[in-house]
Amino acid sequence: MSLFTPLADSLVVARRNLIKVKRVPDLLVFTTLSPIMFVLLFAFVFGGAIGGSVTPGGNASAYREFLIAGIFAQTVVFGSTITGAGIAEDVQKGIVDRFRTLPMSPSAVLAGRTLSDVMNNVIVLVVMSVTGLIVGWRIREGFLHAVLGYLLLLVFAYAISWIMAWIGLIVPSPEVVNNASFVVIFPMTFIANTFVPLTSLPGPLRFVAEWNPISTVTQAARELFGNIPAGGGLQTPSWALQNPELYTLLWSAVILAIFIPLANAQYKRSTSR
Amino acid sequence: MADAVVAEGLVKTYGEVRALDGLDLRVPEGTVLAVLGPNGAGKTTAVKILTTLIRPDSGTASVAGVDVIASPRAVRRTIGVSGQYAAVDEYLTGYENLDMVGRLYHLGAKQARQRARDLLEQFDLADAANRMAKTYSGGMRRRLDLAGALVAHPPVLFLDEPTTGLDPRSRTGMWQVIRDLVADGTSLLLTTQYLEEADRLADNIVVIDHGRLIAEGTADQLKSQVGGERLEITVSDGTQLRRAEELLTPLAVGAVVREDDRRGLLVPVDGGASQLADALRRLDAESIAVDDVGLRRPTLDDVFLTLTGHAAEDKDAPTTGHAAAKQESAP
Ligand SMILES: Nc1ncnc2c1ncn2[C@@H]1O[C@H](COP(=O)(O)OP(=O)(O)OP(=O)(O)O)[C@@H](O)[C@H]1O
Ligand SMILES: [Mg+2]
Repeated sequence: MSLFTPLADSLVVARRNLIKVKRVPDLLVFTTLSPIMFVLLFAFVFGGAIGGSVTPGGNASAYREFLIAGIFAQTVVFGSTITGAGIAEDVQKGIVDRFRTLPMSPSAVLAGRTLSDVMNNVIVLVVMSVTGLIVGWRIREGFLHAVLGYLLLLVFAYAISWIMAWIGLIVPSPEVVNNASFVVIFPMTFIANTFVPLTSLPGPLRFVAEWNPISTVTQAARELFGNIPAGGGLQTPSWALQNPELYTLLWSAVILAIFIPLANAQYKRSTSR
Repeated sequence: MADAVVAEGLVKTYGEVRALDGLDLRVPEGTVLAVLGPNGAGKTTAVKILTTLIRPDSGTASVAGVDVIASPRAVRRTIGVSGQYAAVDEYLTGYENLDMVGRLYHLGAKQARQRARDLLEQFDLADAANRMAKTYSGGMRRRLDLAGALVAHPPVLFLDEPTTGLDPRSRTGMWQVIRDLVADGTSLLLTTQYLEEADRLADNIVVIDHGRLIAEGTADQLKSQVGGERLEITVSDGTQLRRAEELLTPLAVGAVVREDDRRGLLVPVDGGASQLADALRRLDAESIAVDDVGLRRPTLDDVFLTLTGHAAEDKDAPTTGHAAAKQESAP
């Protein structure tokens, strides 16, 4: 038993999850196809209608530039439901029972799962970036900033995947995770600046959206990619929107601090049925 | 001889259900204990406690001398487990499944690979080694799951209904695997619905029901606990079955079991052939014709029926053996 055992065990589990992605490509196809569809829909169908309000005198191509980071954020957050559903399935099928009777590191199953979903998200981000470039999105702030933008998206999604890991362990079946994520995450990604500028939202919704970490991760990515001026075009942006990187990292840290221990404690009690 | 598994006073409740109600178990090192019990008796619950999956509400348990509740990780280093439902990863191949388990036992990459190949060979899965487990039949998955339990040559094995769903050939093969393991010194706790399996494999048998131990001993001891031989009679006319029961009850040393569906009676006797003749005279006197009659040693099925009031594979409440159901536990 060495210091590296937890890491080695996590990699074994992560590898297993990635093999599944390879064998059931539908999973990845679905998670990348739907954002590609979103890009095309919003860029070419709604783009003209919404576009004008993004920047003064804006147009559809300015909107496409605005849109991409929002779709990135929505997609990586949604990707975290794979973690939850995957874990719920492992519990249901008794795989967790098998793991829990092995002398492996008890934190490796969740660590491996959340790790493999980061790799999923990397693949998804690459596919979407290419789509973005095709429809006219550009990185304008240099390579380093862009990398930071991608990293922030990945960190935030990683934090959310620990919430989903915990949910996956407490629900009775994987379907519940999918439904719950649709009911909670889907609206959260819309009450934000992902698809429309915040100026277009009515009072209370706008307040929620200004403090929604999905807004700030989007805002941060946009700024780091050089797609939009700081502050999101608001006259008096919230503190969160003025410091989107910091605010997003704070949220990520708090989520990780709460849900890593919570999920691990729940894992130690999880068994089929 | 040291004990590989000891459990004392295990209690586990799920709401109103007392899944385990003060269960004691012991598996001396190098022996096989078969846990028999009807559906819902608490077999799986006991296995889950002993394999560190759940904690009992009260009671103590240790495996290879290590406390299950205080040191679950140390226990996991010494055990191999195959649960009631095959826990194989459907999207991995058979080979990948075993290789993964080997790595998680920290065998090292080379040994994990070698062990995976050996086990696939041993369990007749070599041809399917590189197919996704999703494509396996139920019996193949079951075998793969069992192979998973053996990856690290664990000194203590827990198998929850290891041969349920296997065809007769695979079952006999499995029995041979188990015998070989035990010959090499492995200690084994297995649960089963098949009395024949317990009879063939186990050094000791415990019968549990409602989370309690209701009988224990070797197969022979249990059989003698429920009386000596049984007179097995099939009458020709089902309507005469009750009358036949009344006539033969005076001969019985225990409860008479009436099996309406096969127009049969099981009468525990201790007088051997002379009572067979006596029984036939009594039936003949009232012109009750018999199709079949015989004297046989009790099987574990009889033990089960007598002790629990219902057959091992019955899902429901007692259907046969109304008399047995009324009888108190073993004399
Ligand atoms: N997670 C659970 N929640 C509620 N009740 C449970 C749970 N697990 C087991 N039980 C109950 O505990 C009792 C014992 O169940 P257990 O699975 O141990 O039986 P078993 O002897 O293995 O039965 P079988 O032969 O059907 O496998 C049953 O009444 C069952 O309904
Ligand atoms: Mg069971």
